Amino acid sequence: MYPSRFNYEAPTSIEDAIALLSASNGSAKVLAGGQSLIPMMKLRFATPATLVDINNIAGLGDHGPESDGSYRIGALVRHADLEKSATLPEHQPLVASAAHLVADPIVRTRGTFVGSVCHADPQGDWASVMVALGGSIVAQGPGGMRTVQVKDFVSGPFQTVLAHNEIAVHAVIPPAQGTRAGGYLKLERRVGDFATAGVALALDMSGSTVRNAGIGLTGVGSQTIDASEAAAALVGSGLEPEAVETAARLAAEAASPRSDHRGSADYKRHIIATFVKRLAAKAQQEEMQVA
Amino acid sequence: MTSLFEEVPTTATPDDIPTTRVELKINGETRAAQIEPRLLLAHLIRNGFKLTGTHTGCDTTNCGACTVLYDGKPVKSCTVFAVQANGHEVTTVEGLATASELHPIQEGFKDEHGLQCGFCTPGMMLSAKALLDENPNPTEDDVRWALSGNLCRCTGYQNIVKAVLWAADKMRESAPADEEEGA
Repeated sequence: MYPSRFNYEAPTSIEDAIALLSASNGSAKVLAGGQSLIPMMKLRFATPATLVDINNIAGLGDHGPESDGSYRIGALVRHADLEKSATLPEHQPLVASAAHLVADPIVRTRGTFVGSVCHADPQGDWASVMVALGGSIVAQGPGGMRTVQVKDFVSGPFQTVLAHNEIAVHAVIPPAQGTRAGGYLKLERRVGDFATAGVALALDMSGSTVRNAGIGLTGVGSQTIDASEAAAALVGSGLEPEAVETAARLAAEAASPRSDHRGSADYKRHIIATFVKRLAAKAQQEEMQVA
Repeated sequence: MTSLFEEVPTTATPDDIPTTRVELKINGETRAAQIEPRLLLAHLIRNGFKLTGTHTGCDTTNCGACTVLYDGKPVKSCTVFAVQANGHEVTTVEGLATASELHPIQEGFKDEHGLQCGFCTPGMMLSAKALLDENPNPTEDDVRWALSGNLCRCTGYQNIVKAVLWAADKMRESAPADEEEGA
């Protein structure tokens, strides 16, 4: 299968890349890892006239904590970079627990975190993780930088608020209010399949009390779901069974899955509730080990 | 230099089609080609360089038969444009053996009956090589995890996993002893 013809550009600076996007008037696409874009081009769902390959731009490949306590992930950080990072689990346990569940090991060497968020697939794992953490995308355009929360960044299935001449240059996860905990669980029929359902739980703990919580749901709606009411049920609790039961029920209610070959809508809601409980139990166990 | 147009049915004559020159190191040898940007790396390798050990299976980023090493890391060559390999190093299954002997991974597949039809085997071997380069002493679980992006419809994976573990043993045995002791 071949994509339709395109012009290939490989600029070495963000400014040049933005100029190319501006000149294209919306007919160009940014190529980072290409693990979603290239398959879509081969199926001719995407037919950009120009591809702007950002892989030769320096300074986009790093991730790490910033001085203000936030965590920054550059546009060329691959899933495998996060999966194999020795320091990520202590800073961002939720991101670390999701990294090895994205796609398959070969795709992970090439695909990028930021690119996955920009692809805005309702089945994408990283958008759920970012929604749970209250994370943002920093976009650079001709007029400078702007920061958009991921829950506002994704405007629909495969749609974002990025302008045609803006590039998502990095992702930012806000500082923890206390100790960061949480994790990601995904049910898939086999490695590399789309998620039947997935749950990202982000918790900021102060001792055994939840100070801040976020829950993102994967694959159970036409876009990533921010289960904010469910998360609110955990805030102020010590993850007692009643609070967790309430959060699990509200998360299942926030999901709007469709019955398909991966399972019935009821089954998927059941998975969502079960995953919320499992993630909360795991977080509580880890909290007890630390204390 | 290889020109590649035959893959792409077109009404335009080749002269009308914009092409670009790429130069890459493939199995240690520098090769150049004049290609269309939409040419996939898998097709440059197979049709351009005539290295047909790299297989194209599903052509949809699922099966891993087209796996090659790109700067030492496994990639699905049906999901990388050949133009992106400009200035990079690519290793295919042909780069594993030397003229006189098989690579231990290839020996392992032979000794442990790690293949039946052989279609997925080149991709399996390159994923295995990437694993063993990074982790010379993998557990069975590590091997299964590393190969989880490569599909095999014949073997049920059992003997493939055994083959990779066999290769890991062999490669550790032949590694200099002082390296193993960390001296």
